[in-house]
Amino acid sequence: MVRVSPAAPVLAALALAGLLSGCASIEPWVKPYERERLADPIMNFSRDSLAARHNEHVREVREGARGANGVQGGGCGCN
Amino acid sequence: MPLPARTALATLARPTAALRRWLVGAALAITVPLAGSAPGGTAPDFTLRTMDGKNLRLQEQRGQVVLVNFWATWCGPCREEMPHLNKLYDKYRSSGFVLLGVNVDDDPRNAMAVAQKWGVRFPVLPDADKKVSRLYDLRAMPSTVLIDRDGRVRYVHLGYRDGYELTYDKQIRELLKE
Amino acid sequence: MAATDAWRRIARRVAGLFGSLLASNAGHAATLPEDKAEAMYHIYEGGGLKAEGPALLVRKSLGDRISVSGSYYVDAVTNASIDVVTTASPFKETRKAYDLGLDYLVRDSVVSVSAYNSSEPDYDASSVSLGVSQEMFGGMTTVTLGYTRASDKVLKKGAPEFSDRARHWQYRVGVTQILTPRWLASLNFEAISDDGFLGSPYRSAREFGAPVPERLPRTRTSRAVKLRAVGDIGARQAVRGEYRYFWDTWDIKAHTVEAGYSRYFGDEWLVDGFARWHSQDRALFYSDNATTSTRYLSRSRQLGTFSDFGMGLKATWTARTVPGQYVLKLHGAYEFVRYKFKDFTDVRTGQPYAYDASILQLFVSATF
Repeated sequence: MVRVSPAAPVLAALALAGLLSGCASIEPWVKPYERERLADPIMNFSRDSLAARHNEHVREVREGARGANGVQGGGCGCN
Repeated sequence: MPLPARTALATLARPTAALRRWLVGAALAITVPLAGSAPGGTAPDFTLRTMDGKNLRLQEQRGQVVLVNFWATWCGPCREEMPHLNKLYDKYRSSGFVLLGVNVDDDPRNAMAVAQKWGVRFPVLPDADKKVSRLYDLRAMPSTVLIDRDGRVRYVHLGYRDGYELTYDKQIRELLKE
Repeated sequence: MAATDAWRRIARRVAGLFGSLLASNAGHAATLPEDKAEAMYHIYEGGGLKAEGPALLVRKSLGDRISVSGSYYVDAVTNASIDVVTTASPFKETRKAYDLGLDYLVRDSVVSVSAYNSSEPDYDASSVSLGVSQEMFGGMTTVTLGYTRASDKVLKKGAPEFSDRARHWQYRVGVTQILTPRWLASLNFEAISDDGFLGSPYRSAREFGAPVPERLPRTRTSRAVKLRAVGDIGARQAVRGEYRYFWDTWDIKAHTVEAGYSRYFGDEWLVDGFARWHSQDRALFYSDNATTSTRYLSRSRQLGTFSDFGMGLKATWTARTVPGQYVLKLHGAYEFVRYKFKDFTDVRTGQPYAYDASILQLFVSATF
């Protein structure tokens, strides 16, 4: 069985993110003034954090699987 | 941990210091160009229609100092900025200062209603088809552009943070003195 | 131990790379979450277990750069579940949890630090978390990193000589990407490592038909990857979908799929609906009734082969809007879940066990 180091995807994502941050030559195709729909609360995966935490707790206790629920970005992108 | 995995982890981890320096260097070396509304260039002319049907053209404001603020109802920092822009409008409007609020909402009627609720006193111009936003190549919401009496873009502010209004005040005074 | 040494090295590298992400400045900044206060009452009822209680959350920004948050959560549990009823007698217990968090805006990043504690008579868990969220690429991409270090103390009611520990390390990385003005997607990865007493001191397994105390490994490493997307489909509606794949060193493999729909009605109402399906394969050492003697053995049904299907509905009513000041909303959410076990027998009936659960959340929220 091939053992992939758990750190490898983390470090790869970080390196990719760092490289992307330097890519000013590729123009963002969604402009800041076009983000009206994305700023709407219904585009947020977990808009009510207490409820989301409760759901996650209920599932984690009853199921063998856990994790990857994540914090999300997107939104209005202001400032 | 088996040897190949350990070696892979070590090679990924060891050049981190060098990798880190490269990331910082590369990213900091990038300067954000302000095409379209570059300071020093002539402010692109536009004509927008106010809610009462009157046309307002930027070129007709030559001879006055113009602050164009691009805002939207869905933008939190825009709302924070409004009271400060109101104050600046009241303070300098009789000294040859024009403040235009260009709104980029998809629904201009809702935007006007919200502007009223927020107590906006300066003219609000809807740019629902985003023509003016594209013309000025906005890089952030909100964006504030300061144009001098000769129609040249002098200052561009991306976003809004506490204290920006003090900078606006200083820059408006400076441009009014010219 | 080699595994924990490797993890400590990784933690230091991740911490170092946090620093480099903070330093890189792509010209776009970020905003802090908005101020709010929420009060909720939650009820879970299913399989003979009832857990209910209040929960509170407060978040306030101090100036332009800092946002602090605190939450408090109570679970009053009445446990008459199948494990309890078939091996002991029903009991009542209360669990209290609280957490405090700080978010700090540094140029383009939001750095988050938080501390958490959960305590009940026989289990005390504490953790500290660190996270960084960075916007880049014109604000279209958000990268988040997270690290949590947790430490638990396990006791046993009626057995004061029993005392054990468990430690956990969690590593999270996620990327959210805006695809179009109406669609965004995110990919999250999380690796969790556990060390110590990972079971329940009350649970028993079955070996050759007779109850024996369960024997769980003292380490576990799990990984999960989740892909999700949400899109605005016009007329003030949105749809979302997500898929998670989970795998760990106990040989559990799980798939979770969820689909949701949201829609505004008028100015005051928002309705969300979702359906979720989860299916998993058993742990290597899981057995309903072991017929061979193995080093590790467990009959914990959470580690068995089962699937569950849930559907939920949530309604939000905007009670009051004072523009520029606050928005007050009332919410009610209900979820119904059906659990079906393939290799866990209900000893009362001799059939594979199945049960239904209901989850109700009623809460009021005020955003400022």
